[in-house]
Amino acid sequence: MIDILIAVLSTIGALAIFFASVGILRMPDFYLRLSVTVKAATMGVGLLLLCAAILFPDISVTTKAFAIIFFLIITSPISAHMIGRAAYFTDTPLWKGTIVDELAGKYDKETHELKDEVHPDDTVTEQQLSNKNDAE
Amino acid sequence: MMLETYFDYFILPILTISVLLVFIRLLKGPRVVDRVIALDLIITIGIGIITIFTIRSNQKIFLDVAIMLALIAFLGTVAFSYYIEKKEND
Repeated sequence: MIDILIAVLSTIGALAIFFASVGILRMPDFYLRLSVTVKAATMGVGLLLLCAAILFPDISVTTKAFAIIFFLIITSPISAHMIGRAAYFTDTPLWKGTIVDELAGKYDKETHELKDEVHPDDTVTEQQLSNKNDAE
Repeated sequence: MMLETYFDYFILPILTISVLLVFIRLLKGPRVVDRVIALDLIITIGIGIITIFTIRSNQKIFLDVAIMLALIAFLGTVAFSYYIEKKEND
């Protein structure tokens, strides 16, 4: 009975990791790659660690496995947010099929602060987007 | 017995193929940020491989290595993104 549970959990985990790696290879854009990678890989590794926590009858292994799962769930969104922010500041190009860039013009390039709204006379938003699309 | 065969012939090959696919992105990656997330994903898959190896070899001490790899992956990504952002600032 418990073998079937372990087999199902590890299969779902391994397939999630496989889909994450196919996604990072096939997606056309950095941001799409980031969004497909972090969630699927965290879920896959979490399920594999859950298998280890169930299989070992030892309490120390269970504690370590849950500590790793907790640490991954805490840290992977933080690192994804930081690398996505750095990519946006270094003008990583968006995919040419991107319809709207809601952050355009909202970041102050000098101080790296996020403003609440774009100024009314600050009409760079659509111009920047069209320039970006023309450049590609 | 069945489960060990299943781990050896299905789970571990899938994880190995995944690492190879991500490694292609690490080599190709048009920008530095692509390479950074590819490296992060390789280390995360490595944690999964270590977990399966822990189950197969019945040596629970290997999970400590997985804890340290998780720490190093997080610190590496944060340091890379910090310096990429600083480099833009100059």
